[in-house]
Amino acid sequence: MQHTSTQDTLVGLFVAAGVASLFFLSLQVSNLSSFYDKETYTITARFENSGGLKVKSPVSAAGVKIGQVSAIDFDPKSYQSVVTMKIQAPYNTLPDDTTASIFTAGLLGEQYVNLEPGGSETFLHDNSKIDITQSAIILEKAIGQFLFKAAEEKK
Amino acid sequence: MIQFLQGLGKSTRTSFTKLGRATFFLLRTLSGLFSVLPRPRLLLNQLYFVGVLSFLIITISGLFVGMVLGLQGYYILSDFGAEASLGLMVASSLVRELGPVVSALLFAGRAGSALTAEIGLMKATEQLSGIEMMAVDPIKRIISPRFLAGLLSMPLLAALFSAVGIIGGQLVGSGLLGVDEGAYWSQMQAKLDFQDDIINGIIKSIVFGFVATWIALFEGYDAMPTSEGVSRATTRTVVNSAFSILGLDFILTALMFGDD
Repeated sequence: MQHTSTQDTLVGLFVAAGVASLFFLSLQVSNLSSFYDKETYTITARFENSGGLKVKSPVSAAGVKIGQVSAIDFDPKSYQSVVTMKIQAPYNTLPDDTTASIFTAGLLGEQYVNLEPGGSETFLHDNSKIDITQSAIILEKAIGQFLFKAAEEKK
Repeated sequence: MIQFLQGLGKSTRTSFTKLGRATFFLLRTLSGLFSVLPRPRLLLNQLYFVGVLSFLIITISGLFVGMVLGLQGYYILSDFGAEASLGLMVASSLVRELGPVVSALLFAGRAGSALTAEIGLMKATEQLSGIEMMAVDPIKRIISPRFLAGLLSMPLLAALFSAVGIIGGQLVGSGLLGVDEGAYWSQMQAKLDFQDDIINGIIKSIVFGFVATWIALFEGYDAMPTSEGVSRATTRTVVNSAFSILGLDFILTALMFGDD
């Protein structure tokens, strides 16, 4: 009987270690812990060009992540990019004249939406639209313009 | 020429017959799973043989794979000044690919071959027929508990492998090479997604566990009841499991991580 009881203990230890490493992977390694409060509200913004923005790209204000991009669609009528963002519910005091711009983290980093609050007294609520937007800076375009300008000045 | 065609046809037919036998065997095993539940002792014994005895090889291999990833990743990433992404690189390669695949290959080599040899020998020494003579279904009594144990152990072993590997990468990365420990963990947490990465990795390991255990048990059950037959069956288990695991890994990866 002694033999089977040590065997039981070892099986128990094995299962416990396996389950513990599953917990470790989900809590410590992945972003599960940052989604405890699922309460969000949705806002949209229209951009001339959303560049390399992707679904799940961060949305931040003053450098702090307050939400993420949930969908990016192309509007076939206005030829604009419609970016839908989910903002965490506690941050519901963004003024309705907030500016949304697409920035790049670092020189080659990923792109994110930056919200710059304005001075209005009314706040953005669920399904409201941001009117003032600034498109992503396309590096190729910027270099092209710079070269063009340099060539003009030489003449 | 005719002989060649005849041989081709014959070998095709035998391989299809074998596949059919394997499928039938799988269905019988699956239907036998219900009779395992009232006898948890059988399952526990097999969990010990399949899981606990694979524990050591999995954790040690995981540790070293993680440490090598940490070293190699550091050398490559430091060329671009991106050492801070080391944690992300180590963790995503372990969780998505290396964890499920390498632990399944080790599992096939360690536990799969043992299962084949055990069942093949049971057949060669006519223990299986003996059990059948006592009106006990050998599938229910011998095969199904082993199958369930393999299916349960594999995801746990893969998770252990990944977890130990990530810690190993951190030991080398921030302990030896001086990558910032905070950056190691925070980059990993920012980019790895619970559903896309962790859950898909677990699904992969369940599929691999299913296939590897199925192949091992079938090859043992189907082995020629001689010592040579058993040794051939053991070889086939390892070879076929490795092929199936790697092939399935490609298909699963294409399905899971197709679009970003």
